[in-house]
Amino acid sequence: MDLSMLRSKFPVLAQSNDGYPLCYLDTAATSQKPQQVIDAMNHYYQFDNANVHRAAHQLSARATTQYEAVRDKLCQFIQAHRREEMIFTHGTTEAINIVANGLTSQLKQGDLILIDTAAHHANIVPWQELAKRTGAIIKPIPLTIDCRIDTAAFDTLLLEKPAIVALSHVSNVLGTVNPVSDLVAKSKQVGAITLVDGAQAIAHMNVDVQDIACDFYVFSGHKMYGPTGIGVLYGRFEILDRLCPLMTGGEMIKSVSFSGTEFNQLPNRLEAGTPPIAEVIGLGAAIDFINALPTEQVAAAEQTLLIYLQDSLKALGDVVLYGAHSDNLGAVAFNLASEHHQDVGILLDQQGIAVRCGHHCAMPLMQSLQLNGCCRASIGVYTNKADIDRFITAMQSVKELLL
Amino acid sequence: MSQQVQPTTIEFLALELNQSAQVTLELFEQANNWQERYRQIMLLGKTLPKLQDELRVESAQVKGCESNAWLYHSEIEGKHYFLADSDARIVKGLIALLLIACNGKTSTEIADFDPQPFFKQLGLEGQLSPSRTNGLLALANAIKSQSLHSEND
Repeated sequence: MDLSMLRSKFPVLAQSNDGYPLCYLDTAATSQKPQQVIDAMNHYYQFDNANVHRAAHQLSARATTQYEAVRDKLCQFIQAHRREEMIFTHGTTEAINIVANGLTSQLKQGDLILIDTAAHHANIVPWQELAKRTGAIIKPIPLTIDCRIDTAAFDTLLLEKPAIVALSHVSNVLGTVNPVSDLVAKSKQVGAITLVDGAQAIAHMNVDVQDIACDFYVFSGHKMYGPTGIGVLYGRFEILDRLCPLMTGGEMIKSVSFSGTEFNQLPNRLEAGTPPIAEVIGLGAAIDFINALPTEQVAAAEQTLLIYLQDSLKALGDVVLYGAHSDNLGAVAFNLASEHHQDVGILLDQQGIAVRCGHHCAMPLMQSLQLNGCCRASIGVYTNKADIDRFITAMQSVKELLL
Repeated sequence: MSQQVQPTTIEFLALELNQSAQVTLELFEQANNWQERYRQIMLLGKTLPKLQDELRVESAQVKGCESNAWLYHSEIEGKHYFLADSDARIVKGLIALLLIACNGKTSTEIADFDPQPFFKQLGLEGQLSPSRTNGLLALANAIKSQSLHSEND
């Protein structure tokens, strides 16, 4: 397959800013959407719009069929056992909040929660709140000097028998990949509940939740070429079924009376209220888009491009890269000498280059790297060598101006 | 806003006397490419005095800036004076543009000052968008609210 064809499927990339064609290197923040995702959502609103699960009429039946078909598609997509294990959420953040809230009654004073130092705030703050409610203790899993999980330190922490281990699959800042299968296996040996934040992994690799064997795996639609406002919580049935619902109301009940209410079964039990139906259907189209890609060819091309990006930045000189390894996925974090990341971002923006500059919702990682922030360039299936070359040329101009 | 440490009146007034800022502003307006414009913005930033460490405190920090930005205000004989600093050079230059527009002005003049057309005229309106984390909008709002509040002091 000629991968250069893929770019034309993303209409937003056809535009230019102030004479500069858009160079979108912020896919880790949100990916662009292929036409088929946009079309699927439009089609739903134009022809099939109705509320789901209330099928007294044909339109609702059609909407419900399409909606539930996405659950089946997702189940296959990440190799889950049962469709009831797939919960639609508004995104990764909500998914982790559902888990952290739902586990409240299962945690007690002094229980230990281990969190990846490089975790996104969405995989930190809900656990901190859980700790506040229960008296549990949080300890960060340290990183090595090259920004990988310090497995020796992790093993030592496991001796304290943590109740929960929260990991990122791929760091949203650095692009480093954690050996989650190994880390989860070790965590299970000491009886920990495991959650893996797959937001940055899902678009870049095949995810197999059986292989990872975690209790929970979470990700967002908008980082996998799908719409915003939709995410997924996968949970192993037995443990998912024990979560106390974060949200209650319609859809999630079996019967309601003023003398008592009975909750519905999974998956509805954890999906209160009218779901984001169009977004679910858009997510289904995004899965179709990914499934139709030649997986190995795309993965190899993305890897080649990321290494080219890392090497080109290094070759510029005066650029500091953080945790840049050849087996990283999707993103590279850097600073230009001691220049402020925001100045670099403003000057790249002047040249039509979209990168993210800041703490990237990973302040503890910034603290461990002793940084106020950094710039991050990230890629997707539509990124090509010309994007990287334009970015590097722009960086050269920034360097001339600032240094 | 009560601040424990405050720059001296002389420090506030020094900014008004700074003629080089005006010259740089003219050079900025004459610049014909983005490199030159941003070079002048950084030079403008350099015309602002660097706030000493004891003034770079959280109570003076303007929220909404990705970079650290600190703002001080003083009303002297019916006119408002501001001192500000940032740890990012371009942001500091953008702040300087704002201070050139507001320093030494009366409460009415600052209340009437609309940063949107001001930055638009400079071709920098994009920098004022609420989605930007450069904090320029937050700073413009802080300048306006501080000059307003001091009337009631």
